[in-house]
Amino acid sequence: MAKLLDKQRYKCALGAMQTVQAITRAIPILHSGPGCAQKLSDSTGGSGYFSPNIFPCTSINEKDVVFGGVKKLHSTIDNALKVIDADLYVVLTGCIPEIVGDDTQEVVSEFDRISQQERFEEAGGDPGKFVYKPLIYASTAGFKGNNYKGHEQIIDAITDQYLKRSDDRQKGLVNIWADVPYQDLFWLGNIRELEKLLSEIGLIPNTIFGYNRGIENIDKIPHAEFNLLVSPWVSVRNMKKMEKKLGIPYLHYPTLPIGAYETSKFLREVGAFAGVDEQKIQKVIEEHENYYYYLIERYADLFLENRVINKEFSVIADAQYALGITKFLANDLGLIPAKQFITDDTPKEYQAAVREEFKKLNYGLQADAVFETDSYRIHNEIREHDYHGYPLILGSYYEKELTESLKGNYLNIAWPVQDKVVFDDFYAGYTGGIRLIEDIYTVAVQRFN
Amino acid sequence: MAVNLNNSNVATRENRIGSITGYIGSLSDLASQSECGTLKGCSRCFSQSSTCLSSCALGQLSAIRDVAIIHHGPAGCSVLSANAYYLDKVMAKKRGVTNDTVYVGTDMNENDTIFGSTESLRSIIIEVNRRYSPKAIFVTSSCATGIIGEDIDSVVDDVRDEVNVPIAAVHCEGFKSRIWATGFDIADHAVLSSIVQPPRENVKSNKINFKNFYESARPEIIEMFRQFDLEPVFLYCNSTVEELSHISESAATTCICGTLGNYLGNVLEEKYGVPYVRSINQCGITGFETWLRSIGMATGRSEKIEKYIEEQRAVYMPQIEEVKKELKGLRAVIGMGPGYTFEVSRVLNELGIEVVWALAWHYDKKYENGDVPPSMKYLLDNDIDFEASVADQQNFEVMNILHKYQPDLYLSRHPGSTVWAIKNGTPAVYVADEYMIFGYKHTLEFAYAILNSIRNRSFEQNLAKRVKLPYTDWWYKQDVGTFLEEAK
Repeated sequence: MAKLLDKQRYKCALGAMQTVQAITRAIPILHSGPGCAQKLSDSTGGSGYFSPNIFPCTSINEKDVVFGGVKKLHSTIDNALKVIDADLYVVLTGCIPEIVGDDTQEVVSEFDRISQQERFEEAGGDPGKFVYKPLIYASTAGFKGNNYKGHEQIIDAITDQYLKRSDDRQKGLVNIWADVPYQDLFWLGNIRELEKLLSEIGLIPNTIFGYNRGIENIDKIPHAEFNLLVSPWVSVRNMKKMEKKLGIPYLHYPTLPIGAYETSKFLREVGAFAGVDEQKIQKVIEEHENYYYYLIERYADLFLENRVINKEFSVIADAQYALGITKFLANDLGLIPAKQFITDDTPKEYQAAVREEFKKLNYGLQADAVFETDSYRIHNEIREHDYHGYPLILGSYYEKELTESLKGNYLNIAWPVQDKVVFDDFYAGYTGGIRLIEDIYTVAVQRFN
Repeated sequence: MAVNLNNSNVATRENRIGSITGYIGSLSDLASQSECGTLKGCSRCFSQSSTCLSSCALGQLSAIRDVAIIHHGPAGCSVLSANAYYLDKVMAKKRGVTNDTVYVGTDMNENDTIFGSTESLRSIIIEVNRRYSPKAIFVTSSCATGIIGEDIDSVVDDVRDEVNVPIAAVHCEGFKSRIWATGFDIADHAVLSSIVQPPRENVKSNKINFKNFYESARPEIIEMFRQFDLEPVFLYCNSTVEELSHISESAATTCICGTLGNYLGNVLEEKYGVPYVRSINQCGITGFETWLRSIGMATGRSEKIEKYIEEQRAVYMPQIEEVKKELKGLRAVIGMGPGYTFEVSRVLNELGIEVVWALAWHYDKKYENGDVPPSMKYLLDNDIDFEASVADQQNFEVMNILHKYQPDLYLSRHPGSTVWAIKNGTPAVYVADEYMIFGYKHTLEFAYAILNSIRNRSFEQNLAKRVKLPYTDWWYKQDVGTFLEEAK
């Protein structure tokens, strides 16, 4: 049911175009109104090989609403294949075609391998030179859910329409899945760091997003020994589908590992699942922890002897960062969680499990985490909470003014982001934990008391 | 033009003033076809994404201080709210005021598309009013609510007494016009129908309505108008509802961009007799002087204005003449909204730069008063002609043109467009700030912006060398108009 979405922190399912955009040389073809791509894109970091303003789009008009837009969709796909050089074309449907009932699947099926080849040969092409252009579609009408769900739709579409089961498994090959590209400010850096960590314990990571990844990595998915999902809930259903269709088992690690405590735990758990020698893992952990604590030791004075970072904090973010950062600040830095706010409209079926995770903190600490999309209520709760000192608030841009009014310390870590430019920075892993500390104390040192 | 402020719907630009988004030919042909009424826009069987009219409409309305925007639709439609929040905060801070405008969505879901959600909408309006006590409320539709026939007008009528502040239904279905500038008209219509009051009796005003985007030149314009005993009222960024309620009393209306301001200007003139200054705009020397003189005529201040022009010319003209020497002979392609394309073409001509192709994101055949746009008339009267096309930011067409013409320079005004030119190795100037070519001072700065862009081409050359463009060789061999189809 429609609800008051006050200071929204997510987009709609069609926002999944950014998931497609994160796959190098994959392009969305939008069957939607003319301005959806522009609205759903972020104004910086969007000008890659493809950018939202060049996504082919049927730009539905009043006539198409009345008479249907399948003809326009057909010509848009047909010409997109001619004009745009891509490895994967993903048709995404917006609100209009799904309400008026355009049969997108039917149109997409007219561009299957056989039809493409026939068209190529009819146009006088040399059969030996035919190159198939993979085309899939996903139902991403805005009213079907938010962009976290849209992201899942894309991975399901790849699984359902592109991937085939394989018995040829590569030893040690692991597909890594994490949170939603672009919605997650640190998506690129995080997934690279997760890859690096897995490589260090002798596994072979496979991911589909970002630089130098793409269709070849998608092709590798069925050959993996297992899927590793690092997310509280996003993509759980993708993992189940792949398990069923492709026979790939999965390990669900709900917490984005940030800092030494969680990352070491993460490596042990992944290693145990993959059957990696424990001593090997221990060695990797020790090396990292030694350096990590060398840094922490050097800056421990900063943590202890400043006048502005108080022990109590709140994170206002999606489940991934609310959980990951809460665990980091509690278990690594010894801070105390005040209330935590999960803003991604987590589906009901996952809420209990996510809430449980917030209770697994050192010294029996439990964080009170609430699922809330109405920022008016979130802000009221923050205002009314006694942080027993300056609050430390990690959230979206909406928390900036609020935190200033409470004389607190604020860091912009969740969408919408206006206070930070991130190319490939990350918070995942040992190094990521150090980066987050740097960011928090960069804020702290700008004031004296 | 006949306006009906009692109806919340505004006719689209296509229907009202014959606007088009598809044409290829020349400036003179475009103009002569407009005048004899034979111009028919083309549609495309392949297009790339462009802009939603709701972004223009709600971008305007959400910049007004302390109002509420309630965007009834899925979360993707109201995603504009995140940017509006940021802009409102930073623009108010720059001005030294506060802006507590709220922009909320209704996160419409699948059930709502089947059963409707006007009841929820009603309670959301009441709750927003309770939470924030806004000075005015705009309730807006989306494609989804439009198609399923949500009657937002009735909801608005129903709560009007209860909320007790100006409230308007704003019809923003993205599919209804390919011309996003229709959104500007929609915003003006909402302000005119819900906030603007008839002039109070015996109020003599020295105010001049100045429709712009982000008021970056505000201090200098205030200073300039002070010399003419005029006080500009900048619209709508940082406007208050109180200010807006009295814009019908101003001595004149002017705007930085004809596309942005023509609906408001015309309605204020037609309904309240506020003269609308319809000259070419303030870009460049001729533009600035013509505009100032038009204001002088409309407000009876010609003498003061002539004095100002003379003083400023003495300061800036020698400097502009100096930099022109280095720009002479450059060839440029430009792509902008029609409110700027033909204005900036004139300035480039003034600076000695040849326009080889001009793209307008749309084209208004006639302005509301029935005339061909003044910027275009000026070019034709002065025998300036070039190849021209109308394309709603169709980047593949821009790239095809840049590839064929390899100009020295590409100028564009919209986000996401200049980056493609530089990937082609073409230096690009992003004419984003609407005051970038305003008057003598900024025309000089603009000339230097161009000069500096071509003096050091390292950035685009470094990048262009290393990137592959996403368009196929096939496309570069095609005619730019390959996908245009005769309108039926």
